[in-house]
Amino acid sequence: MTGIYLAGAILLVILIYANRNRIINNVLLILFGILQSIFTIYQCSNFRNTELEYFTSDSLGLLFLITLTIVGLPALFHSYLYINRHDESPQSRSVYFAAIVLLITSIGAAYLANHIAVVWIFTELTTLSASALIYHHRNKLALEGTWKYVFICAISITFVFIGILFLSLSLSGTGSSDLSYANLMAKSDQLNPFWLRLAFLFIFTGFTAKLGLVPMYTAGVDAKDKAPAPAGALLSSALMNMGFIGIFRLYTVIALTPLHHWANIVIFVSAILSIFVATVYMTKVVNIKRMFAYSSIEHMGLVMLGIAAGGIGYYAAILHLILHALVKSSLFFQFNQLYRVFQSKSVAYVGNYFKYNPTGAIVLLIAFISATAMPPSGLFVSEFLIFRALFEGQYIFVLLLVLLLLTIIIWAFAKNIFKILFTPVEGFDDSHVPKISPWESLTQYVLLFAAVWLGLNPPTIFVDLIKESVMLLQN
Amino acid sequence: MIDVFLIVFIITLLYVSIANRIITYVKVLALQGFILFGVTFMQLQEINTLNLVLILLETIVFKAIAVPLFLDHLIKRNNITREAEPYIPNFLSLVITTIIIVVTILLANSVKDDNLDKIFFIVALSTLFTGLYFIASRKKIITHVMGYLIIENGVFVLSLAVGNEMPMLVNLGIMLDIFASVLILGIFLNKIGDVFKDVDVDQLSNLKDY
Repeated sequence: MTGIYLAGAILLVILIYANRNRIINNVLLILFGILQSIFTIYQCSNFRNTELEYFTSDSLGLLFLITLTIVGLPALFHSYLYINRHDESPQSRSVYFAAIVLLITSIGAAYLANHIAVVWIFTELTTLSASALIYHHRNKLALEGTWKYVFICAISITFVFIGILFLSLSLSGTGSSDLSYANLMAKSDQLNPFWLRLAFLFIFTGFTAKLGLVPMYTAGVDAKDKAPAPAGALLSSALMNMGFIGIFRLYTVIALTPLHHWANIVIFVSAILSIFVATVYMTKVVNIKRMFAYSSIEHMGLVMLGIAAGGIGYYAAILHLILHALVKSSLFFQFNQLYRVFQSKSVAYVGNYFKYNPTGAIVLLIAFISATAMPPSGLFVSEFLIFRALFEGQYIFVLLLVLLLLTIIIWAFAKNIFKILFTPVEGFDDSHVPKISPWESLTQYVLLFAAVWLGLNPPTIFVDLIKESVMLLQN
Repeated sequence: MIDVFLIVFIITLLYVSIANRIITYVKVLALQGFILFGVTFMQLQEINTLNLVLILLETIVFKAIAVPLFLDHLIKRNNITREAEPYIPNFLSLVITTIIIVVTILLANSVKDDNLDKIFFIVALSTLFTGLYFIASRKKIITHVMGYLIIENGVFVLSLAVGNEMPMLVNLGIMLDIFASVLILGIFLNKIGDVFKDVDVDQLSNLKDY
């Protein structure tokens, strides 16, 4: 089935790209939506099976794949709305749709890959498709954003490749040359620690471009700003999860070796710096999309803190990633409606949103409460568990610092969101404000509700899947 | 003989660090392609013939001929001025490159692993860091691209060190090469040349919070 899925998706990408007819394009998009759903359901029923040698539906991959489908289908729907409303040329329309289909496919395949080189190949593909999405508007700023994204991603992909080479050197003493994660774990006691250390450093640095951590986070922020919002939703949810999976699977190997503690320190440093950077920018930011992007960086920092703290933190980190994907994508989906009302991305020219679109304003409000992890948001649960893990691991100073930074972030985020929702803008001419159908906010409500429900009352099977994905780390 | 090639490779790095004109960079990249061809030819003897032919084609056709020609074309097409315009004086660049090489040699000497040819490790790492340094210290976008291509060459050297045991990794490296170079060079520099008239990084600083 994985073969059929990949072949079918690639075929659809080519067809969408080659085709210039609007109706046929939409039919092909629906076909892809169906294919993606069938594939996800099939992987659920085929749990723990390996296909095509390189794709295993293990618990973590499956969880993220389901998240990807849940976020991806609304992303396709909102892309459809976005493109049709902007009266795009047939060419730019087909490039956009082809790129978004390719992006979803390659992210999904990277989740399931059980071999580090295969993950790497699909990471390359996400760079290609994401750059097409970022360049969608074809103006100077979009070009600049794309250039920076492509260049930084090219360097980070090279870093990951160097990491893989070091990993193979580390493995060469064991007499095996199989770089699948299962083999690495089986041989973890014989790996050469020097090469393993270098491998982890390079692979970690490389994947931070996708995950959005210090040092390579910069390109992602520009990318989420310049890409159309439905694509930005994928970039700041599913793609970040892919970066996480790249790091996490290697971390699982490292956790079995004496380097575990050292790796934790590396992750701590990167995570705390990320939260710090996010705080600094959040207090200054006026561009709404960039604000969302910096908030994502903060959340990824928290996730990595959970991983480094260990214990209950592992569970909390995975939960946090899934809930964050749901919440952040609904914020991005909502952004386009906001833009249609005010025709501006800047907080300074946006205000009193409740007057023009109450349904959308409630989405923003709930999403804000969720993203800042205030109860009853599901993220409150996961963040609380991360703090508990830090407390139990006796990282009190880290905990205090992070709490302080988070307070500043909540203040900055709230200041902007309440300005958007309630404070009228001087001299805003509201005679051209379009009427926005409340139905367009339906998907956001579903996503936000799912985030609350999964956090407060998680189904047993969901908890079991998360527990199983971090089982190897519990020792 | 491999050692001679690799040492010449390191010398090219020192040469680039004091080069004034962009065309010198292009020539050095072509030379590096030929050197890599030689190294591959001698290093990978246990690999099967078809694979070897592929790798040799990649080094000689892609690295040594196609990419330099294309860069040359880009420079003419976009009327890029001849100077490389570093932020840092050439002498200092030379010192920094030397320090990078010395540090990697010291690092390599601390490794205790018989499976690895140390010289490959030294050349690869010093190329990597010198390439990053070139990217950080040069002004033009095209020199950034060349810095990236130099990094790619360094990575290729490293992949040759494990090439006999794991030919798959060399193939992956080739994939990375072609993919990234085509993406960066082909699609982008053409567009950037059209949109931004004189190609300086200074012009790529408009994207910020607004």
